[in-house]
Amino acid sequence: MTLPPFQHLLDAHGRDVHRFLVASVGRHDADDCFQETWLAALRAYPGLRDAANLRSWVLTIAHRKAIDHLRSRTRVAVPVADVPETAGPVPATADGELWGHVRELPRKQRTALALRYVADAPYTEISAVMGTSEDAARRNVHEGLKRLRLEYQP
Amino acid sequence: MSQAPAMSEAPAMSEFEALERALMEVPAAEADLPLPELEAAATSAGLLDVAYATFDSPVGRLLLATTPEGLVRLAYVDDEEQEDSVLAQLAAKVSPRILAAPRKLDRPRHELDEYFAGARRRFDAPLDWRLTRGFGRRVLEATARIPFGSSSTYLQVASEAGSPRGSRAAGNALGANPLPIIVPCHRVLHSTGGLGGYTGGLERKRLLLAIESGQETLSVG
Repeated sequence: MTLPPFQHLLDAHGRDVHRFLVASVGRHDADDCFQETWLAALRAYPGLRDAANLRSWVLTIAHRKAIDHLRSRTRVAVPVADVPETAGPVPATADGELWGHVRELPRKQRTALALRYVADAPYTEISAVMGTSEDAARRNVHEGLKRLRLEYQP
Repeated sequence: MSQAPAMSEAPAMSEFEALERALMEVPAAEADLPLPELEAAATSAGLLDVAYATFDSPVGRLLLATTPEGLVRLAYVDDEEQEDSVLAQLAAKVSPRILAAPRKLDRPRHELDEYFAGARRRFDAPLDWRLTRGFGRRVLEATARIPFGSSSTYLQVASEAGSPRGSRAAGNALGANPLPIIVPCHRVLHSTGGLGGYTGGLERKRLLLAIESGQETLSVG
């Protein structure tokens, strides 16, 4: 199978991946996650069997890196065995109050909202990236919006 | 129905419209954040198989590509389509781990600048010959030995490559030269004195020969 030059993926999806990570882990940590995401993608790339949906593939890696990152940050900040559902302390960012609230939502809702509104992902892609059904993807977005509206008035 | 924001799917939850719009506005403000560079991290992880850069030269836009071993490709790329096809070829024949990493091409690029300015007669940057093989490689190796400012013939390089009657095959090998200018196939002419052919077009062949005969000093532009 012929894969496109890796640079083409980066050109096409780098911006969306970065925005998704800013929304998921905050601006301060997004750059580290971005590098880890693309290095992992670069490592796995030549062995890739299916080049049909490279964007979802990279977003899936980014999603995993974001989760890893939040887990390790939580471990450092609060040395407990259980990983809390929320992202922990909201990092200081210049991206306003709204995404601060998003980052306090339960992880699945937060991720679904980031994919939907930051990476402009359709529900099929949200379900592919998060490994859920499409109904669950819709529900995560819906529940996230509902909860967010209680705490934030645009 | 209220006006739905532009999305890949019409949002079903119009009750959240204001919130949805606000969520979409923030990323727009982040469109200008610089994306972190991958070159250094990819290099130290040993994952940058092909680094490339494009730049303008007196003989047109060039693409340079290098592996960790050396320069593997130089191509004339007059438009994006040509650039894409050169990169696709590298992805298929060398590795799809290809990144734009201009700093990795600083040395050959500098040597080319000097060459075009008439200040360099041979190239010293290491080469990676992996896109050549067999008779074609021997023809190109013979071609690489033709000194600056002189010329050879298809017959002569074919003989040196071990096939005195292979001048047509030598012509094909030179036409497929992955490193034009650096491996100076423009110095190979017809025995009758005609220019012969050139991948980048005969105008370029004339220009390169003119530079080397001192008839022409060229600057970018």
